[in-house]
Amino acid sequence: MSEKNEKQENQSMGGGGPGGSIGHPVEKAKNFKGTLFRLIRYLRPHRTRLSIVLVFAILGTIFQILTPKISGQAINKLTDGFIAKSAVSNISKEQTKARENLQQLINGLTTAKTQASDAAEKAVETQMKATLPAGTPISPALQEKIDQAKTQASATAEQKAEEAVAEKANMNESQLKAVQEFYNLPNVKDIKSSNKMADTVKKMESLSKQLPQHNSGKSNINVKESDMKTAISDIRETGGKIPFDAILHVLLIMLAAVAISSVFLFIMQFLMSTVAQKTVYDMRRDVDKKLAKLPLKYFDSHTNGEILSRVTNDVDTISTTLQQSLTQLIQAILQLIGFIIMMLTISPALTGITLITLPIYIIATALIARASQKYFAGQQKYLGNLTGHTEEMFTGHQIVKAFGHEKESVEIFEGYNKELFQSGWKAQFLSGVMFPVMNFISNIGYVFIAVFGGIFVTKSWLNIGDIVAFIQYSRQFTMPIIQTANITNIIQSTIACAERVFEVLDEDEESAEPENSLVLEKPEGHVVFDHVQFSYREDEPLIRDMNLNVQPGDTVAIVGPTGAGKSTLVNLLMRFYEIQDGKITFDGMNTKDMRRSDLRRLFGMVLQDTWLFNGTIEENIGYGREGATHEEIVRAADAARADHFIRSLPDGYNTVLNEEATNISQGQKQLLTIARAILSDPAVLILDEATSSVDTRTELLIQHAMAALMKGRTNFVIAHRLSTIRDAQTILVMNHGSIIEQGNHDELMKKGGFYADLYNSQFMGANLDDAG
Amino acid sequence: MLKVYRNLKGYIPHICAIVVLIFIQVLTDLYLPTLMSDIVNTGIMKNDVSFIIHEGGLMLGVAGIGIACAILASLIGSRVSIGLGSILRSKIFRQIERFSLREFDQFGSSTLVTRTTNDIVQIQTVTVLIINMMLRAPLTAIGGIILAYRQDSSLTLIFAVALPALVIVVALIMTRAIPLFKKVQGKLDKINLVLRENLTGIRVIRAFNRINHEEKRFDTASNDLTSTYIRVNQIMAFLMPVLMLLMNAMQIAIIWFGSTRVDTGSLNIGALSAFIQYASLILINFIMMSMMFIFIPRAQAAAERVTEVLEVKPDIVDPESPQKSVTGNGYLEFRNVSFRYNGAERSALTGVSFLAKPGETTAIIGSTGSGKSTLANLIPRFYDVENGEILIDGVDIRKMTQENLRSRIGFVPQKAILFTGTIKDNMRYGRENATDEEIIHAAQVAQASDFVGEMKNGYDTLLSEGGLNLSGGQKQRLSIARALVRRPEIYVFDDSFSALDFKTDAKLRAALSNETENSTVLIVAQRVGTVMSADRIIVLDEGTVAGIGKHEELMKTCEVYREIVSSQLSEEELA
Repeated sequence: MSEKNEKQENQSMGGGGPGGSIGHPVEKAKNFKGTLFRLIRYLRPHRTRLSIVLVFAILGTIFQILTPKISGQAINKLTDGFIAKSAVSNISKEQTKARENLQQLINGLTTAKTQASDAAEKAVETQMKATLPAGTPISPALQEKIDQAKTQASATAEQKAEEAVAEKANMNESQLKAVQEFYNLPNVKDIKSSNKMADTVKKMESLSKQLPQHNSGKSNINVKESDMKTAISDIRETGGKIPFDAILHVLLIMLAAVAISSVFLFIMQFLMSTVAQKTVYDMRRDVDKKLAKLPLKYFDSHTNGEILSRVTNDVDTISTTLQQSLTQLIQAILQLIGFIIMMLTISPALTGITLITLPIYIIATALIARASQKYFAGQQKYLGNLTGHTEEMFTGHQIVKAFGHEKESVEIFEGYNKELFQSGWKAQFLSGVMFPVMNFISNIGYVFIAVFGGIFVTKSWLNIGDIVAFIQYSRQFTMPIIQTANITNIIQSTIACAERVFEVLDEDEESAEPENSLVLEKPEGHVVFDHVQFSYREDEPLIRDMNLNVQPGDTVAIVGPTGAGKSTLVNLLMRFYEIQDGKITFDGMNTKDMRRSDLRRLFGMVLQDTWLFNGTIEENIGYGREGATHEEIVRAADAARADHFIRSLPDGYNTVLNEEATNISQGQKQLLTIARAILSDPAVLILDEATSSVDTRTELLIQHAMAALMKGRTNFVIAHRLSTIRDAQTILVMNHGSIIEQGNHDELMKKGGFYADLYNSQFMGANLDDAG
Repeated sequence: MLKVYRNLKGYIPHICAIVVLIFIQVLTDLYLPTLMSDIVNTGIMKNDVSFIIHEGGLMLGVAGIGIACAILASLIGSRVSIGLGSILRSKIFRQIERFSLREFDQFGSSTLVTRTTNDIVQIQTVTVLIINMMLRAPLTAIGGIILAYRQDSSLTLIFAVALPALVIVVALIMTRAIPLFKKVQGKLDKINLVLRENLTGIRVIRAFNRINHEEKRFDTASNDLTSTYIRVNQIMAFLMPVLMLLMNAMQIAIIWFGSTRVDTGSLNIGALSAFIQYASLILINFIMMSMMFIFIPRAQAAAERVTEVLEVKPDIVDPESPQKSVTGNGYLEFRNVSFRYNGAERSALTGVSFLAKPGETTAIIGSTGSGKSTLANLIPRFYDVENGEILIDGVDIRKMTQENLRSRIGFVPQKAILFTGTIKDNMRYGRENATDEEIIHAAQVAQASDFVGEMKNGYDTLLSEGGLNLSGGQKQRLSIARALVRRPEIYVFDDSFSALDFKTDAKLRAALSNETENSTVLIVAQRVGTVMSADRIIVLDEGTVAGIGKHEELMKTCEVYREIVSSQLSEEELA
């Protein structure tokens, strides 16, 4: 099964990504600022990369911010073209219609004029001819005169006729002239040059003003002046066609902007992943290095789970935050500013409307968050209860079954489960409502922008493309708001995580190694405790004044009930813990004057808690001495009576011990640890004899292996076997953490104290009266 | 994951409602640009301010419907997703409570706890995300296409190109990233493993001066994790930019082709702007959805673990027509009992037969792996025998209900386990209606009254976290007292004196012998001293009975027994 680390809380879940809702209560750091600066210091080695990330983030976001505006421009161009086009087609249609309408008038006028002028000419001619004697030849001069008179008469007649027509059509002279001029304008549709087209439209517009109103139909262009102006300028710009070239141009610019921004943001993310992970890697390494320097006191006073959680979960949360939230925050802030600026450039008034929604967001989220707080707390509490109950019931599964308490257990569980559901769904509901509410507020903003923007467009203060762009900005505007709110929370809990990690880094380390350390070249194993004083806690002295002289080759048996603190001596010998007073000497050398590693090299250890690691058997035995050859390892295994069983395993020495080392038996593990100790060939051996979990045959093997190992060394044995105890030169009797008796078997038996009691009760089990 | 979601069966109407509500909500989101396009076309183009205001009112109404639907969907959604968690939790807990020890050991307690709590929280969280966020993306796409189609069918073709491209891009990135995310999880596990080994083996590591070696090991794991993380994040770095590019390309296409449509008069500008907004709404939802994908691998793993537990068929069930509850004297008989642990090659017990009578003490001794504890665990039917039968007062225990069977047994396990609660509560675990006097008496017999008396609140002392404040021996004595309170016909002590010092052990056994005069007592032990005085000693060796008899007899006849004894006592004591 691969979930060996499930035990660790999965607290990082609520962290990264936009999934983390704002409603969740946030864990806060004790010293936010200090921790933040310290975290920033970790980013220092990556500052070149980080500044590139920053630059690309800024540039990428700027281009990103620009694109809606550019697309708005494309739409503006389209709108302009559209307006111009429809204007032109309208105008041209109306122009045609108007010409049709004016046709009659013009025709009438022409007929009237022709008729009038013909009549006038005829009249003049008749009249002139009448004044002349009949038959008078008409001299060219005369003819000219006549013609002149005719023209004059015709002009006057035309004038008159015109006047008459005008009078008839209820028009004054200038109007009639306008009508004529209008009539004679070319159809706008057919004009090639956009300027001429615009000019024509403009002329048409000004002419149309002079046209008589009642003669409607032609007072076609009844658009407002301002619109007409827009239309004319649009026409001048576009020539009454959709300006595909211009649109394409803008769109290409947009494509370029988008492409640049995408590439930049990609580079940003790409680089950031290295920055974030390398930073976190440094952090993990520092913690691990630190753990190596911490005294055992630290490990004994903190649970493995707690330490694990700091090195893995907390660091992982930091990694997620650095990876995602940091760049997100930069982008969100830039976007916030950028969007506001862009909106301002489009329309300050609409921006004002959008910004009004901001406090509504804040109030709404704050209200919802406050309302949900209670349920989140409840959820946390009931989940805690439920987990507690589950843990208890599962560790006590056998008992629950043995005493038939399954029903009660399920009942309690269901109770917690129900409570958890009640507060859980409410908390979820409230935090789930956050998004719709935000969306709603955003929609209200949208509606107002649509309405006011629409009105602004009708007033020609804005263009349609502007509104479309503005709407895109205002809609995207909510994203960075939500993100910033979210990220602030994430950053807060991340800082809290970082603080926990830094706490580890700030723990007191083991006392420094001596500057001029001494090394024992040929250790013999003469160990002396000289007025040793020690306690784990200051107020509870454990060892007050211990004196012990162990000659090379001696065996010291440590006896006492379970939990009597037999491992304390091991702790002191190996300097896992430092003594408070007195000294321990090894071959006359104070152990404090040696480097810890040199001191520990003198010892070999076989503990009941057979610690092996996830690796091959060979690696595990080889752990005893760095650089041991295969032959040496096999020899050690052989001496430990382990060679045989190792060879019977399918992969022999290359068999990989699984995570819990369950693929070999407890006794076999013990043999491996003995082989490991044999390989290290120490001067002094520390042995835990407990064989409680080993079968008889293996036990015999172990006994023999241990005996072989102990030979010729100084031994400290946590003894269970009577033979060991009685053969020991010194017996240390321990109870409640301290040494209460000391001496050899006979001395202690004579004394009739605790040891004698212990001895009698164990081995004279049948004689209950004696023991009582 | 799907298997887990089968538990939503009861919620099908709710889920349908959620889908409908979210769809309506999504449609309202999409409908706003549609109304907006009317504002553009009719209001702006025709200069009709009152129309604009009217449409604005309409839009507010639509937005109102939207939030109403969204809130309702959230209400139902949170009840469904949290309800799913609740159902799963209840199911898995009930299931585990049914587990025999075999099934239980198959998993182990710590992983079962995680499966019941964390894993289900994971599933729950992702379900919330699916309902709240991920469901919106496809629904928005569908709604967007519908509305777009109504505006302009041929321009909708852009969606037909862009949306599959979107799906492909997301799929392409995710199919690469998700396996890596899984890998990351594995590497995290590896770091955890190395670190845990470092913590549990700290003394060994320091004793053998292998700190540097361990640092290297950790560094390798850490490096490995770092590079995988970098790789997966570099892949993920593609996601947003590519989606952005796609979104804008879609917009560009809409504007460009829209322009030609506008030119021919088949599309108006309002509709075009609506189109653009549909596209961006669809995209925003897709981005949201793809960001949620990261959470799925974790939930998937969690779901698999939960399903694994739920799919176990409990092998020990009560008989359909159980023997009527009998209370006899507690004659316990093993008839040719064989037992084999799941998947084990060798039998743990083979052909074990013996009879334990009321008023007598039967001791079982043998080395580790000889099957002592197994034998003890068979009596309350924690496991079922493979062959043969176990009889209590002549009735096969498989013919009784588990409740009835266990009510007749006082079981004291190897590892003393107490529960949170007062000492009294813990004693009453043995028998709910035990009086205070009975409890005190039991404690006295179990040699627990002294230290309980020393406690500030005596029998009302609260044991935090199952007796964290007690020593192993104290816990063991309370655990014995608990069995005594039960006053059962059969006592089973599974190596329950191991944490007691020799003196207490002896005293306790003396007191016990008075208490258990009429009961059948079965003691599993390691120490010869503990069993020497028994009426009957059963010597187990590799799952078979190597000898039955009194100490003296066995010393003469049983080689294995002699071996055990001699490993503990020296020649003198044997004499």
